[in-house]
Amino acid sequence: VSDEPRSTAGAPVLEPGHTYRSVSDKISSIVLARRTPKEWFIGAAISFSLLMLLLYAVGYLFLRGVGIWGINQPVGWGFAIINFVWWVGIGHAGTLISAILLLLRQEWRTSINRFAEAMTLFAVACAGLFPLLHLGRPWLAYWLFPYPDTMGLWPQFRSPLVWDVFAVSTYATVSLLFWFVGLLPDLATLRDRARRRLAKVVYGILAMGWRGSATHWHRYETAYLLLAGLATPLVVSVHTVVSFDFAIGLLPGWHTTIFPPYFVAGAIYSGFAMVLTLSIPLRAFYGLEDFITMRHLENMAKILIATGLIVAYGYGTEIFMSWYSANNFEWYLTMNRAFGPYWPSYWALILCNIAIPQLLWLRRIRTNTVMLWVIAIVVNVGMWLERYVIVVVSLHRDFLPSSWGTYHGTRWDWATYVGSIGLFLSLLFLFIRFLPVISIAEMRMLVSEKEDQGS
Amino acid sequence: MSESTRPALDVDAIRERLAGESGPRYWRSLEEIAQTPEFRDFLAHEFPENADQWGDAFNRRRFLQLMGASFALAGLSACARQPAESIVPYADAPEGLVAGRPLFFATMLPWRGHAIGVLAESHMGRPTKIEGNPDHPASLGSTDVFAQASILQLYDPERSRVVTRDGTIATWDELSSALATALEGERIRRGAGLRVLTGTVTSPTLAAQIRTLVSDFPGARWHRWEGVPRDNVRAGSRMAFGADLEPQYRFDRADVVVSLGGDFLAGEPGSIRWARDFSSLRRVRAGTTRMSRVFAAECSPGLAGAAADHRVAVAPSGLLPLARALAAAVDGASSMGLAPAAEGWVAAAARGLAGAPARGLVVAGESAPAHVHAIAHFLNGRLGNSGSTVVYTEPAEADPVLHAESIAELARDMAAGRVESLVILGGNPVYTAPADLDFRGKLSKVPFTVHLSLEEDETSEWCHWHVPQAHPLESWGDGRAFDGTVSIQQPLIAPLFGGKSAHELVAALSGEPDRSSHEIVKEHWSKERPAGFDAFWKKALRDGLVPDTALPARAATGRAPASVAAAPPAGGGLEISFAPDPSVWDGEWANNGWLQELPKPLTKLTWDNAALMSPGTAKRLGVTDEDVVELSAGGRTVKAAVWRLPGHPDDCVTAHLGYGRTRVGSVGRAAGFDAFALRTSSNLGYAQGVVLRKTGGRHRLACTQIHHSMEGRALVRLATLDEFRKNPGFAREMEEQPAVGDSLYPEIKDEHYSWGMAIDLSTCIGCNACVVACQAENNIPVVGRKQVLAGREMHWIRIDRYYSGDPDNPVPHFEPVTCMHCEKAPCEVVCPVGATIHSTEGLNEMIYNRCVGTRYCSNNCPYKVRRFNFLQYNDTKSPSLKLLRNPNVTVRSRGVMEKCSYCVQRIVAGRIEAENQDRAIRDGEVVTACQQACPARAISFGDIADRGSEVAHWKGEPHNYGLLTELNTRPRTTYLAKVRNT
Repeated sequence: VSDEPRSTAGAPVLEPGHTYRSVSDKISSIVLARRTPKEWFIGAAISFSLLMLLLYAVGYLFLRGVGIWGINQPVGWGFAIINFVWWVGIGHAGTLISAILLLLRQEWRTSINRFAEAMTLFAVACAGLFPLLHLGRPWLAYWLFPYPDTMGLWPQFRSPLVWDVFAVSTYATVSLLFWFVGLLPDLATLRDRARRRLAKVVYGILAMGWRGSATHWHRYETAYLLLAGLATPLVVSVHTVVSFDFAIGLLPGWHTTIFPPYFVAGAIYSGFAMVLTLSIPLRAFYGLEDFITMRHLENMAKILIATGLIVAYGYGTEIFMSWYSANNFEWYLTMNRAFGPYWPSYWALILCNIAIPQLLWLRRIRTNTVMLWVIAIVVNVGMWLERYVIVVVSLHRDFLPSSWGTYHGTRWDWATYVGSIGLFLSLLFLFIRFLPVISIAEMRMLVSEKEDQGS
Repeated sequence: MSESTRPALDVDAIRERLAGESGPRYWRSLEEIAQTPEFRDFLAHEFPENADQWGDAFNRRRFLQLMGASFALAGLSACARQPAESIVPYADAPEGLVAGRPLFFATMLPWRGHAIGVLAESHMGRPTKIEGNPDHPASLGSTDVFAQASILQLYDPERSRVVTRDGTIATWDELSSALATALEGERIRRGAGLRVLTGTVTSPTLAAQIRTLVSDFPGARWHRWEGVPRDNVRAGSRMAFGADLEPQYRFDRADVVVSLGGDFLAGEPGSIRWARDFSSLRRVRAGTTRMSRVFAAECSPGLAGAAADHRVAVAPSGLLPLARALAAAVDGASSMGLAPAAEGWVAAAARGLAGAPARGLVVAGESAPAHVHAIAHFLNGRLGNSGSTVVYTEPAEADPVLHAESIAELARDMAAGRVESLVILGGNPVYTAPADLDFRGKLSKVPFTVHLSLEEDETSEWCHWHVPQAHPLESWGDGRAFDGTVSIQQPLIAPLFGGKSAHELVAALSGEPDRSSHEIVKEHWSKERPAGFDAFWKKALRDGLVPDTALPARAATGRAPASVAAAPPAGGGLEISFAPDPSVWDGEWANNGWLQELPKPLTKLTWDNAALMSPGTAKRLGVTDEDVVELSAGGRTVKAAVWRLPGHPDDCVTAHLGYGRTRVGSVGRAAGFDAFALRTSSNLGYAQGVVLRKTGGRHRLACTQIHHSMEGRALVRLATLDEFRKNPGFAREMEEQPAVGDSLYPEIKDEHYSWGMAIDLSTCIGCNACVVACQAENNIPVVGRKQVLAGREMHWIRIDRYYSGDPDNPVPHFEPVTCMHCEKAPCEVVCPVGATIHSTEGLNEMIYNRCVGTRYCSNNCPYKVRRFNFLQYNDTKSPSLKLLRNPNVTVRSRGVMEKCSYCVQRIVAGRIEAENQDRAIRDGEVVTACQQACPARAISFGDIADRGSEVAHWKGEPHNYGLLTELNTRPRTTYLAKVRNT
């Protein structure tokens, strides 16, 4: 899979020669007509095995308690929170692509939005798992919700963890609605094209009576726009609130006002990296190069550079402020990150998040799908390491040297993490198999716009 | 596991014999089998022979087989249980018993034979906590770690439960008749083959019983042996005075203390009292102009060295030259030919002693060689300290002997076949006896051996008869404190596992197997005090001591020490110093989880001992922490893990005794290495010419504090007395304190009381008593070595240890850290469910049943005092441990955060008491467990809003400071900065 380097600035977001029919045929055939490729079965088998690993790890976790993980005093949070932040961050690209780019009328978003939204949803599902699992007594997780308790007990609203509950549950709800509403016309297309009875019934129910009337389209457009408007602040708010989990704490390395913007940038950074990680193989396997064009990839690569630089600025500010504040604890933390026992993770993060992505300045690299894919994965790893450094390295040496300790993930930590990737991929494979990965309706609009431009 | 080569009966074979039996027939059949030698052998091993071979292939069938065998055993032991003697008859409620309100009984606990007066807290007939007896001279209301941990020892589920003969379950009656038979033979021989082996005995009753026995059997011998005997004290006194005299130190009068070897603050029979007296002259308040000046020479850094103003590290062989040099320097000699550091120390100590005539004190530690004791006695006499800071009395020990000689004599007699019957009352000589005596081998030559002990140990394994011993909290007895004061030991509960006391076993020897220890002790005292016995008895029991029984002072002047040729320096190799372990002592406490998990004061190691050496020596030898090395001396070898300890003398290794037990319960199993294996009778203190060889192996040591430096942070704030006098407020100037109101959150106003704590770092000696007291009071679980390695120990109060100064001889600083009960607690704002909240009396409260376990509070706690139940740590299954729990404190389950509560249950109890009497809680009425246990009185607790309270006075001191106040946490626990002479 390689493309000749060429300028893609004005390149089409849909390769020429497509008609309404060809677009609908090509996208819906993945679900309805084409034989499920062998690769899908292999990929799904691997993903489901990892999902089983997750179930096993979670089962043992519920049986024994969080002590099977590497967490301890002083490192009370470990992989669970790292993974939570990582997954939530990954979700952000989907919302950004669907909502903000929609409102900004960036039409190049069209072919990747469905896919990115699904990714958001699945990432949030994975993320939502971890705060639950990391509780000492997970069966009482509902105490974090404001429900009418007979004893008149409420959550403690000063805690960022309660804010998290609201932020993440809102985010999950809006993302689900946004995705589902966007799917309606396509579900109707699938219903109409499906030949098997079961598919007809299931898609029929999901399409909620969509007939494609002008009223439907009018309400659909309005609702979609409204949801986009609702989702837009969430792009900023969710990770801001997640960053409060740390920024509200008084721990050196956590207690800093740069966290909200720096977390949001990091989230979008990791989200786009994940979209690239998934869409590059997808377009190759299913021959979707016409829809997910080089222009898409290049634009996303540019966003990677931009957000990556914001993140780098955040790192720089942290270091500067710890020196400028003349605070002994803060400065110790900065030194400890770079030269303490966890120095490899810090320098690996700098390498992955700052150094390597600079290659994207070169168009040759941006338009080389293999290189782009590798760099996207590197950024994903880097963003995970960033959270590792924030959570573990800040906690392991705080104020009183007597309490300093070390932390290492156990096999159960890794099993849960890898298992959550399994959950994500399993959902993704099901999505690819049963729903249109590219919005048929929106692609048809692109065809019509092109025809308008052509005439 | 023993390496028995006798043919063994396995479970299969037993099962075969039992096959087809059921119901009553089953029992008879089992009894039949029980007579076979194979079955006895099967029982002798805690696990059947092939248990370890089963490995992972443990299938259902095997499981049922094992269960069948265990069931049968359970039945047998039930048969052997004695009818319980009721102590608290609930049919007629005892006077003063109110359900839910504890009663306190004055009794005593033996510590190395010497009485420590205690008050035992009893909840509805079960003792749950030990406190010191304020009236008792050895306690003054305080305790040490061992007294605190004895309550767990009482309820240890692995205590032995039944009399055994050759490992077979037997009965007390069978033993009595066996004893009668054995003594029948002895009577003819006039007792020539009878030997009794005890530890140190101060008990007037037991001593009288044994003396009577020996007079009945004139050929019999009474031998004494303890793993860590006080022979040097005895021999030193004989050298100086020609008699057995016990020095009674008065640290509260000693302006200059010179400690030569050992550690007077830990483990000696008088240590708890001495720590109190000692700290009284180390307390610094505004206007204090003088504090005692302390010089310590020691090998492995200990509490005395940590408390000292001037410490010198000296290998055990260097102690005598050092003491001689001190004596010479007091006489005016100027150069002693020692190392420069030692030379300076000696000169300063001599100046100090000379400058404080009759107010100085030279203390020789138990581990110091006898000659050093003699020099100390001589110096004290010469400097006029005798009669002032030290007086001499007869020893509290009955018929004192040198234990090393006594056990050697016994070993000789056993080897020569002169011993027919050996009765061992407590102790574990097979494990602790000098390695060169081969006590175990000689023991098997004795035809009739009986061993009385709390648990089945190495000695029980090699004796014919084992008798479960009644715990001091289960039986009557008596004893003398270090100063001779007599206490009566009264039981708090009937023997849980049907144990017998030493009194009862000796009575059985005298042909009275059915006499109870109550009768024996009471009869002894009714003979001693015939006039007004009932009143005497009642008063003695109520007070916990017999007044005016302290031994009278005897005038004594130490002779000038005879000059002995200095020991020739060992030709190469290392020196190894044998010291009792600060946690498990000589191994007696090896099965005690509280003590195993107690971080040792200086090393902060748990669950293991280690080959301690200086960092310099480790570097020279090319070893580092956790390297496994082989130590060989005199053809004996042990494998030990290395731990580097700053302040340890070079070219010397310290090995703590008491580990590497082979026959012990599950707690003490496979912990550490057996240093007794290297110790020989020629010198119980140390050995020279030890060869150390790296094995290449590694053994992880569970250390609770890895980092030693304060990193330039103002944690333990330190000044010399001069600096303090110039600037008493130095500590507060070391950190910024935001103003009240500098917070977004509203102030919480206290109602009624404002609880607070202050800890005096100048007097804290780091003895750990508070840590175990807290564990006992608050039902804190033991987590085990692996969990400590993972960083999950649960102590609510910990003693941080930092170093400052010269890395080769640093000054250790102890800082007890509890929950600070911050007025602006960072933990409270981050808890999503409000499981930790602020009370209206200033407490930061933990609501266990509301906690969901996010651990956010712990992350946000700058003091890291919160503890999380990562797994189900509390053993809620073992029946005997259920009795142990403090009923006023929730037993926490997994997934729940916990932390110091300022003993809120005691505050509540105090409030109820006060409200019943319609008054406010008085100062000193609510005492936290840590405060109560503290021998140095370094902790004060109370209502800080009450200006007259002790804690308010402490907090009003100029050198009172809070930890990390710049974070605006406003801690309620504050510290009085550490002030030393240097």
